[in-house]
Amino acid sequence: MIAKGRVFKYGDNVDTDVIIPARYLNIADPKELATHAMEDIDDTFVSRVQDGDIIVATKNFGCGSSREHAPLVIKENNVSCVIASSFARIFYRNAINIGLPILECEEAANDIMEGDIVSVDFDTGIIHNETKNKEYKAVAFPPFIQSIIKAGGLLKSLKEREG
Amino acid sequence: MAMTMTQKILAKHAGLEEVKAGQLIEANIDLALANDITGPVAIREMEKAGFEKVFDKDKIALVMDHFAPNKDIKSAEQCLECREFAKRHNITHFYDVGEMGIEHALLPEKGLTASGELIIGADSHTCTYGALGAFSTGVGSTDLAAGMATGKAWFKVPSAIKFVLTGKKAPYISGKDIILYIIGKIGVDGALYRSMEFVGDGVAELSMDDRFSICNMAIEAGAKNGIFPVDSKTMMYMKGRVNREITVYEADEDAEYDEVYEINLSELKPTVACPHLPENTKFVDELDKIEINQAVIGSCTNGRIEDMRIAAEILKGKHVAKGVRTIIIPATQEVYMQCILEGLMQIFIEAGAIVSTPTCGPCLGGHMGILAHGERSISTTNRNFIGRMGHITSEVYLSSPAVAAASAVMGYICSPADVK
Repeated sequence: MIAKGRVFKYGDNVDTDVIIPARYLNIADPKELATHAMEDIDDTFVSRVQDGDIIVATKNFGCGSSREHAPLVIKENNVSCVIASSFARIFYRNAINIGLPILECEEAANDIMEGDIVSVDFDTGIIHNETKNKEYKAVAFPPFIQSIIKAGGLLKSLKEREG
Repeated sequence: MAMTMTQKILAKHAGLEEVKAGQLIEANIDLALANDITGPVAIREMEKAGFEKVFDKDKIALVMDHFAPNKDIKSAEQCLECREFAKRHNITHFYDVGEMGIEHALLPEKGLTASGELIIGADSHTCTYGALGAFSTGVGSTDLAAGMATGKAWFKVPSAIKFVLTGKKAPYISGKDIILYIIGKIGVDGALYRSMEFVGDGVAELSMDDRFSICNMAIEAGAKNGIFPVDSKTMMYMKGRVNREITVYEADEDAEYDEVYEINLSELKPTVACPHLPENTKFVDELDKIEINQAVIGSCTNGRIEDMRIAAEILKGKHVAKGVRTIIIPATQEVYMQCILEGLMQIFIEAGAIVSTPTCGPCLGGHMGILAHGERSISTTNRNFIGRMGHITSEVYLSSPAVAAASAVMGYICSPADVK
């Protein structure tokens, strides 16, 4: 599977409170929730983001709360992938569990800039920066996590096993 | 192979003789926790996936604490969804207004968490129960849904950082100062994916409430869990609360640690974390005169009885500075009642503070103390991210209850010793 899009670039420690502020956590409808994605760090994100766009950030992306609403609002905005030097652990689990593709790659995270056009091959982990014509290799997921992703999320993979 | 305390608990719950760092395991859980924010998402996911039953009605806790007592209609609908789920599945430990408290103060108090157990919770501060020598960690709603349905969760076995606590702490130094100091030292991702194991002679110095505060904020250093060894104080705390067999685990003497830090408690001074990250720590005496509009004393980090007592000790016979809205939130009904019995309520109200029923409210900018643009709060909560307590230009300084109470009296951030 290949994703391609324009990059929204952020820095270190993008926390779940800026990805989706708690004042909106009383909203049950994912579509409505998604209109507030990234609001407290980038209030133009929702109006600018196009289907397939990619978020790139440096270390500890998604730190803070366990709210699954955070990867969910990114996914609902049809962001194809999040690339970071590192992810906070609960965000990492949540993204995999709900089927939001994420990749850890420090070189890509440091090198890719806002507005770059980037394509990602999820099968090989190769990230291609078309703007800069450079390639980076992301850390591969262990087979167990790959099986969750392949099934379309944790609950679907558990159901398959049960099946 | 030698194992850390965390690894031993994980191995036991995975039915394995031993585990090693990096290994992926599936483990049985002793308790699955959700609240009124994460619960509804977990319930919907569980039902959408076609799971019709919970694994054990006695091993699920649902606590209505975040936007409860409900702040608006949408929040009320979320609690209703949890309430109906609890009724449908006959969930034993469903805590609604009147019985609820802030989850991470409530569950240990009710004896639902004990040494050696494995607890997952759809709330990042689930790591609090490490104070009891349990493995407990925060997960998202989908993990929780899987836990409620199957009684299992997957984990990557963490490596660990050892914190050797030595020395005696000075008066007014609490667990909060210790954990803020540590986060300042290692950073908000300093323990990413790893365990923080607290050991050393200094542990005996710490009360259970200190240990709860310390483990509560392990997540603020990115950790998977924080954990303390079990001693007589732990056993005393659980006595009369936990009515089941308790298993005590100890780290092997030759267990491997990624890093070892020695923290001499006698060198610590009152500490605050400045905006907008918990790692931006300073000793209070290094700060300029920083005026405040609000002081919040409460939360899953610092809403326990010792927190209330120290705040009352400082506020007794004093009055909060004009213009400082002082909000005190005992974390549970038991703590609230104890405050009444000990006469703390009178001290708080005479000092010009307000006392709220248990709620997470202001900590995450939900309700009960939201900040306007440019306003500043000292707070005993756990996060000071941009917009955490209100407007994105507002600021939160994190501190111990002693520092928050002292600052409320003086009108600027100060140490208890500065109160005149």
